[in-house]
Amino acid sequence: MLGFFALLGRKTLDSFGRLGRATLFLLRALAGLPSLLPRPTLVIQQLYSIGVLSLLIIVVSGVFVGMVLALQGYNTLVTFGAEQSLGVLVALSLLRELGPVVTALLFAGRAGSALTAEIGLMKTTEQLSGMEMMAVDPMKRVVAPRLLAGFIAMPLLAAIFSFLGIMGAYVVSVATLGVDDGAFWSQMQSAVDFREDVMNGVIKSLVFGFVASWIAVFEGYDCEPTSEGVSRATTRTVVHTSLAVLGLDFVLTAVMFG
Amino acid sequence: MTSAPADKPSDVLVDVKNLCFRRGGRVIFEGVSLQIRRGEVTAIMGPSGTGKTTLLRLIGGQLRPDSGTVTVLGQNVHKLGRDALFRLRRRMGMLFQSGALFTHQSVFENVAFPLREHTDLPEPLIHDLVLMKLQAVGLRGARDMMPSELSGGMARRVALARAVALDPTIMMYDEPFAGQDPISMGVLVTLIRRLNDALGLSSVVVSHDVVETSQIADTIHVLSEGRVVESGSPEELARSESAWVKQFMRALPDGPVAFHYPGPSLEDDLLGVR
Ligand SMILES: Nc1ncnc2c1ncn2[C@@H]1O[C@H](COP(=O)(O)OP(=O)(O)O)[C@@H](O)[C@H]1O
Ligand SMILES: [Mg+2]
Repeated sequence: MLGFFALLGRKTLDSFGRLGRATLFLLRALAGLPSLLPRPTLVIQQLYSIGVLSLLIIVVSGVFVGMVLALQGYNTLVTFGAEQSLGVLVALSLLRELGPVVTALLFAGRAGSALTAEIGLMKTTEQLSGMEMMAVDPMKRVVAPRLLAGFIAMPLLAAIFSFLGIMGAYVVSVATLGVDDGAFWSQMQSAVDFREDVMNGVIKSLVFGFVASWIAVFEGYDCEPTSEGVSRATTRTVVHTSLAVLGLDFVLTAVMFG
Repeated sequence: MTSAPADKPSDVLVDVKNLCFRRGGRVIFEGVSLQIRRGEVTAIMGPSGTGKTTLLRLIGGQLRPDSGTVTVLGQNVHKLGRDALFRLRRRMGMLFQSGALFTHQSVFENVAFPLREHTDLPEPLIHDLVLMKLQAVGLRGARDMMPSELSGGMARRVALARAVALDPTIMMYDEPFAGQDPISMGVLVTLIRRLNDALGLSSVVVSHDVVETSQIADTIHVLSEGRVVESGSPEELARSESAWVKQFMRALPDGPVAFHYPGPSLEDDLLGVR
């Protein structure tokens, strides 16, 4: 029994210690952002490996999620004779929720884990130490560009996801479910509000992008410099990002649409 | 710095005084003092785990001592702000045991890295400088290879070229000979001495390879259990009366340092009740 409380106490202290380190780490990384201004290529390289290389999974998932939404939504709407509003249902689901959330989850699995493993391996093989001894700050040279690139890439990926989801739903609705082409778009146009729906979705994806990149670079930088350490850190990135995204989504939804 | 005209303080590039350092409750150093002089190759020797790498990291300002001071080029390393420390580090080169090459960049880009980071030199000049550094370590022809394609000895030489790219005043080598075949060992031994003399460097070689280190060192400090147990030229150490230094320098399997790690006696372990 005593052992249980000791364990609980230790875990709690561990968590707070980690949170403190993560916060300090974030402040140092943010302080490194201005040094990127004269060197945009550092960020562009990362945009490529974080954003462009994630495109395939985002494109495929977006199209399929949109098509499935259309099929499922149609079944429900048709019982009320409201199947012409399918465009509205799909657009609102994607813009408000599925776009930002699913993109963030995919981002954690595709780009976040890669970021953590890359930085963790650089630490394990003393590349970060070596950089420090060459008087180059890894915070500015390695961490800051990746953090910024993740922050920029995530909303763009979410936008692509939502756009392709709507296109996938459109093809399924109009081509196979017999929804009217004009009704699909015009109903969507009149029901979707730019500020209320589109902007709130963008804000969500900005928040998720920030948190996902932060967790990924921090876990890599903070990992124990061994192969198990890197593997544990990579797992933690995916788990923590997913939990953080789902938790934050609830909070943001309550504030925005509650 | 104290005025000690007899000792010509300007000749002392690195001055370690009464260094104490603990790691997770374990004492690594308790009162280490040693000096590294201009133009010399200074060796720091001792068995694995005595803290040789730790000492280099303390000199480079990556770790902070519990007490004592490290003065490099007249500056107290652990009193410097981040910017001043980074300025000082540009004058120190460090060869890591693992080489620490950037695995996603070619040999050429690895050596160009410090030049690109710290200078605004035009590309043609960087190109020439990198090739000169690679020529000095005999790997000009390997410029387009990736670190994963290099042998251990070649990787270490590339790391060496990168470490001297900015023409440091002090070069530090962490176990440069460990895990090398006899040929690349010989290459590294002559290379360290040649670079030291040709570029006017001062070198610190951390190692447990007695024979190779004795060939090139001007001064050797032997570390054991958190202290410098003996210092002197290789000849002086070879004649040392200390039983411990004798065992270490002549690589005897048993002596003051027992072959067996302390533990329960063999009888207890094999026959004792469980
Ligand atoms: N990151 C670390 N955390 C805790 N202890 C460490 C760490 N790195 C090294 N040590 C300990 O410090 C001692 C000295 O290590 P090191 O300087 O690497 O020795 P050497 O280079 O002489 O082989 C070792 O006993 C090692 O266990
Ligand atoms: Mg070592």
